[in-house]
Amino acid sequence: MTRVDDTTELAPAEESVPADAVVGATGPPETQPPVRVLGIRHHGPGSARAVVAALTAHDPDVVLIEGPPEGDALVPWVARGLEPPVALLSYVVGDPTRAAYWPFAVFSPEWQAMAWAVEHRREVRFMDLPAAVTLAPRRAVAQEALPEDAPIRTPDAPGDGDPAIAPDLAYENADPDPPSEREQVRTDPIAVLARTAGYDDPERWWDDVVETRHGIDPFDAITEAMAELRRYAPPPRSHAEQVEEDRREAQMRTVLRAATRDRDRVAVVCGAWHAPALTGKLPPASHDAKLLRGLPKAKVATTWVPWTHSRLAAASGYGAGITSPGWYQHLFDATDEVVARWFTEVARVLRRHDLPVSSAHAIEATRLAEALAVMRGRPVAGLDEVQEAALAVMCDGSEPVLAFVTNDLVVGERLGSVPGDAPLVPLDADLRAQARSLRLPVAPEPKDLVLDLRKDNDRGKSRLLHRLRILDIPWGRQMAISGTGTFKEGWRVQWHPEFAVAIVVASGYGTTVESAATACLAADPGSLAEITSRIEKALLADLPDALPPLLAALDQRAAHEADIAQLMEALPALVRSQRYGSVRGTDTTSLEAVATGMLARVVAGLPAAVGGLAPDAAAELRPHLDAVSATIGLLSDEARSLWLGGIRKVLQRADVPGLLGGRLTRTLLDAGQIETAEARGALGRALSHGPSVIERAAFAEGFLAGSALLLIHDRAILSLVDAWLAELAADDFLEVLPVLRRALGAYNQPERRALAERISALDREAEPEEVEADLPLEDLAEALATVRLLLGGGTGGGTWAGHAGGGGTGERGTAASRLSEGGNNEGGTAASVTGGGVTGG
Amino acid sequence: MTELMRPHAEQEHADELAALVRVDDRPRPPSWRLSPWAVVTYVLGGTLDDGTVITPKYVGSRRLVETAVATLATDRALLLLGVPGTAKSWLSEHLAAAISGSSTLLVQGTAGTPEEAVRYGWNYARLIAEGPSRAALVPSPVMVAMETGGIARIEELTRMPSDVQDALITVLSEKSLPIPELGSEVQATRGFNVIATANDRDRGVNELSSALRRRFNTVVLPVPATAEEEVRIVTRRVAELGRSLELPPADGAEAEIRRVVTVFRELRRGVTEDGKTSLKIPSGTLSTAEAISVVTNGLALASHFGDGVLRAGDVAAGIVGSVVKDPVADATLWQEYLETVVRERRDWKDFYRAARDEDR
Repeated sequence: MTRVDDTTELAPAEESVPADAVVGATGPPETQPPVRVLGIRHHGPGSARAVVAALTAHDPDVVLIEGPPEGDALVPWVARGLEPPVALLSYVVGDPTRAAYWPFAVFSPEWQAMAWAVEHRREVRFMDLPAAVTLAPRRAVAQEALPEDAPIRTPDAPGDGDPAIAPDLAYENADPDPPSEREQVRTDPIAVLARTAGYDDPERWWDDVVETRHGIDPFDAITEAMAELRRYAPPPRSHAEQVEEDRREAQMRTVLRAATRDRDRVAVVCGAWHAPALTGKLPPASHDAKLLRGLPKAKVATTWVPWTHSRLAAASGYGAGITSPGWYQHLFDATDEVVARWFTEVARVLRRHDLPVSSAHAIEATRLAEALAVMRGRPVAGLDEVQEAALAVMCDGSEPVLAFVTNDLVVGERLGSVPGDAPLVPLDADLRAQARSLRLPVAPEPKDLVLDLRKDNDRGKSRLLHRLRILDIPWGRQMAISGTGTFKEGWRVQWHPEFAVAIVVASGYGTTVESAATACLAADPGSLAEITSRIEKALLADLPDALPPLLAALDQRAAHEADIAQLMEALPALVRSQRYGSVRGTDTTSLEAVATGMLARVVAGLPAAVGGLAPDAAAELRPHLDAVSATIGLLSDEARSLWLGGIRKVLQRADVPGLLGGRLTRTLLDAGQIETAEARGALGRALSHGPSVIERAAFAEGFLAGSALLLIHDRAILSLVDAWLAELAADDFLEVLPVLRRALGAYNQPERRALAERISALDREAEPEEVEADLPLEDLAEALATVRLLLGGGTGGGTWAGHAGGGGTGERGTAASRLSEGGNNEGGTAASVTGGGVTGG
Repeated sequence: MTELMRPHAEQEHADELAALVRVDDRPRPPSWRLSPWAVVTYVLGGTLDDGTVITPKYVGSRRLVETAVATLATDRALLLLGVPGTAKSWLSEHLAAAISGSSTLLVQGTAGTPEEAVRYGWNYARLIAEGPSRAALVPSPVMVAMETGGIARIEELTRMPSDVQDALITVLSEKSLPIPELGSEVQATRGFNVIATANDRDRGVNELSSALRRRFNTVVLPVPATAEEEVRIVTRRVAELGRSLELPPADGAEAEIRRVVTVFRELRRGVTEDGKTSLKIPSGTLSTAEAISVVTNGLALASHFGDGVLRAGDVAAGIVGSVVKDPVADATLWQEYLETVVRERRDWKDFYRAARDEDR
């Protein structure tokens, strides 16, 4: 038996060997041009190495690769500055949302085959169904309905058992269940073989079974194994999938037949699952032609786009991808001592994160990984073993530390690059198409626009410019415009050539401006402030799909935010965003749900946050409380009762600062949650038993601030305040005055006037209500006069006007006018006022 | 039944160990009574070829147990870390029993553990009468393990004073224990190893020096991975405890156990089981062991003071007590949890009411 070594000299020898000795089922070589079918594992480094060796040995004239034939013309770029990971991308012209990707890493066998062919100046033909067919509308319609959460949309359905290649992406996203064994037979048959042999890591199985047995060409054995597997494999999930698979293989055979007609030596690189279908005596061409007849086609464009390792990984929603591109890269690069070299890398990564890891750790980790492999009956340590050993030895059992290793090494982020002169990426095409339909010129000269958001076209322009800003393509800069009205927006648009680079970078997020901007907003949201600003951007740019992930992040941040004030600050904005969104026709129910959740957190933390606050801190908190109370009406009734219930709970505490106690009592009263009598009682208690005179005044301030209507219409409360003021000692009054001035000074003119009338009426009439019956009203005159003074400050009318001489500048008005003028110098003025007030009365 | 209150692992499971020794034909590391594979089987349970059923001692990840056993087989010391109540000592006892047939070479780490507990002490009467000699020397469990090639267990390693911890460095790196008084040393027989446990909640007590830390492979024992697993553990332990405390079995326990476990898991992980709502994490550990005691407590309440049916009210007090350790921060987060999560669950109304009553 002749071995096929990876030397070119041996290649002719192989040819002369009888077909069934080495080439196996590839057909009689004497009568047909020799065809080598290399059944590979997509993204399998072991396969990649073996493919290069096999190609070198077979030396074909043409290499047929599983992939869309639209890519044929793009192969030369492999030598012109493409750096993997990159992906072949096909999209429907005029509708880039429908696109399919075929990603390649350095260690992808397909990439290695292309690189070999380009280097040796051999032809490459892709042999899968054209993207024009897979992207044709017949499938797209069915796919549009599927939920999608990945940035990348591809409308193609899988069906074929080849999800390592991206057309299956949309399908995989739609299916939350991990692929079962039954499906994996199709998607990754080599992994099934490996698991049968007791390996978790198919690449290690390949290493162990295929690579270490030097000199034996693995591909015929693989083809035979696959033939067996296909014979006993369960059928695909649906008839449509079976049809799809049949069509793909028919297409592959058609391309293969054509290649054997016009070329002498042919190599085929395809997923292992398909290898048996392309081996041996092919069925008649007419059979395949029938399968392929009349398939609908879409007009597609194809190009190269940069890809990343993390997008090869399953973690980002590339459901059928590989989870450990970095590990595969290592397996592809490392020639010997795979485990020891890996741990040296792990040590380097950990040191880069300032974790003390020595060579001794690497040695011990290697030993442990190997011991684990032995214990599990595996000949070599796989990714599982190295990760567990790294965790136990090098990371002190800490999962977060291991995450460094996983991110930096196992996934091993890498960004591919595509030269700038490669064909247009779909994002660019979409951008230009939108600009054209919106009549927005892509020109280097600056141009100013004033958009009226009530017009569809202008709203479209605003949306596009906002979305591009999210993508870091600042085509338009927002300008301040004169005039009022929230429906106007000013922009200056100016196109810079360097946007081309930004567009290529952004094209990693998606194929259309909308999908890319959505994905960009949803990626890695950052702090609470950043999230709220992104929510705002999402509403401005009309990207409703970006909201759910942002809201989820917001909810999470809110949960861990200990500062109630911060939450209260964020809440009104959020509630308003909800209103704002609804103006633009965005569905904001989820926003409301998050706002309600946030309110619940505020309510839960409120008692502890309010209790025992110093006066300064209480004053800082008050506007937040008011803001929440003011916006709460925009939420549901349930939210309102939650908030008011929370306030009641706060008020049960003994250590609520006077200002907030008064404010919250008033809030409850205004909301109709408590009876006037109850509020009156609370005020009475606070004014009579408050801890200090200043606290009592603060309660009054909180209670009375805002609107004078209460004082005007509730005689009892007015009397209460009146009585309290009258009983104050001179010194205390001095202290209290600025506080009261603050509370009452905000009333507007008519309110003050009305209030003054009430006070004078109070003066004249005996109180009919029993609460006031006991009060020595006659003794209150002085205090009442002071109250008048406080409230007066220029009010005229009623009885009071007669006394004061009108206009607030009469003889009694002197003190009053000083008071009102002295708003910025309350302390000093108040002293003189008090004196004047007390004696004057 | 034995009169012993609590037999050692090797006593209680002597027949299982004997059965494993009989069928185990895999290679054994020096001085090991079982192969690593058999040790893993002993800990995790299974059925042997001869039909013997091995009960599971530890319910949890096979990978962790495998890592632990492989560590001991590579003669590195093993450090089991975890919050209280994650069966660290339990696992350490069973590993020692399975590997060296004895789980009794035990050093309990406390703030007062002296160096003698790790190295050796003296029989002073003899020392004075005969002068320093091997006969007057009182070996520590660690020293005995070195001489016999067994497993020494050190409980709560981080509670020991640092200087006592560091006495282990020579033992672990040189595998020898010098006795300067006699001008000799004890060199470890092959098979000697150390299993230490430490609580990573109070890691700061006496943090291991990096020199010592380097001698250990660390395995972190997690809280149970799934709610099902935890419910199973709680149910089983509650039943066992209930028997020994002679509590009559109560009805409706299943649903309440599930609820207690759900509350504990959600607060511990800081997110609800459906992953929709994030939560603050309380200062307490909320271990499975605590869940067990909440349920046992509730059972006692239900059977002695209630109608024999375990109800939300019986466990609510226990849950609040376990969660609210810090009166301000924990009380706030418990309120948040009640209002944002519990209130929303339609079939949890009884629990919501009970918990709110508890709050007043």
